[in-house]
Amino acid sequence: MSQPLSGSQTVGPYFSIGLSPLCSEEVASGSQGEAIMVEGHLLDGDGLPVPDGFLEIWQADASGRYISEQPASSVAEAVGYGRIRTCPDGSFRFKTIKPGAVPYDADRMQAPHLVVLVFMRGLLRNLVTRLYFPDENANLTDPVLQLVPAERRSTLIAQPGSKPDTLHWDIVMRQQKENTKPETVFFAW
Amino acid sequence: MLDIETRSPHIRPQDPPGSQPDYFYPPYASSLLRAPSKPLIYLPHTISERTGPVFGHGLLQPNDNDLTAQHAGQPLGERMLVHGRVLDEDGRPVRSALVEVWQANAAGRYLHKVDQHDAPLDPNFSGAGRVITDEQGRFQFRTIKPGAYPWGNHYNAWRPQHIHFSLFGAGILSRLVTQMYFPGDPLHALDPIFNSITDPNARERLIARFDIEKTEPAFALAYEFNIVLRGTNDTPFEEGKR
Repeated sequence: MSQPLSGSQTVGPYFSIGLSPLCSEEVASGSQGEAIMVEGHLLDGDGLPVPDGFLEIWQADASGRYISEQPASSVAEAVGYGRIRTCPDGSFRFKTIKPGAVPYDADRMQAPHLVVLVFMRGLLRNLVTRLYFPDENANLTDPVLQLVPAERRSTLIAQPGSKPDTLHWDIVMRQQKENTKPETVFFAW
Repeated sequence: MLDIETRSPHIRPQDPPGSQPDYFYPPYASSLLRAPSKPLIYLPHTISERTGPVFGHGLLQPNDNDLTAQHAGQPLGERMLVHGRVLDEDGRPVRSALVEVWQANAAGRYLHKVDQHDAPLDPNFSGAGRVITDEQGRFQFRTIKPGAYPWGNHYNAWRPQHIHFSLFGAGILSRLVTQMYFPGDPLHALDPIFNSITDPNARERLIARFDIEKTEPAFALAYEFNIVLRGTNDTPFEEGKR
């Protein structure tokens, strides 16, 4: 029997009371692979930092497998999942490993990517986006990226950061004016 | 092909209109600069979306399910048991689902540095709890009834009494953060967050049911709150079925 879904409500300004225990900068603790640090800012429609938001990351390991069968007993064991709060200046950073390619369907593969959920006061329902990696040929044929208008795809692709193993990726909630940073692509699901 | 420009950007064809809030909802002032302006793009449910983290009981601390027993003394307020089931939309129990809750104390004050409401903190109440559902998708925790509190959205704005809920389901897109409200609260009609869900039936489902059967006589009242999450076999936007 089909049941109507429960409605979403904002996390509000005080989510850290309940949600801090799962917060960690380590998304793939102990997992083998190419280590990366992702840094960026969460920005609102005026281009101002969002100091009271958080991200949730879900990703495969370096061989393209999701660790979703074994229940994790600690944050460190929840490999491939991360919850990261933004700082007072709207910045965020997390450590992980570059995931392997995962299947799209029986015939096609997806380019390496992170699933990223966005939560904050003012957001009545979480948003879903993806982070892709720069200089990745598989991006050109990724079936999900192909659904995104070509001129907006760059918002989903992180850029090389200040250090060799660092990526930079900003999340822009809303673009109010022309000639400002473009709005990040968000997905409906 | 669905016409994404003319549909509400995030409601599936099978969902009643207004059963989820719009991102841009002017009565809730904070939504204005934080809601996307461009249409959302339909995301097929691949293995990345159908999978998600699973948390075990080792994550839980003693008394995570009893917010009245986390300090040396008893918190002030009306003791109550909150219980319910987490189901998917096919009515199946969501087992081993992590449920995180947070709330204000009985005076309407959160234990948070940003909360400057001039109401007392309670040294015996932190307002955070966690539980994991059982094989039937059931959960329960003991707490005190949170107070209403003022906020800055508009003149003389007050949030109805509520408890925040965060849930993990079978896949990462089953994720839900919502709020549980209490029956008969006169602030419901005035609250833009509650009314961002414009379908009255959907709003009603966020109001817990007073449950005399589960009260603990001479000790605590009880409320039942059931939650329905997205399933993982849900493929409304699959290629060829648009």
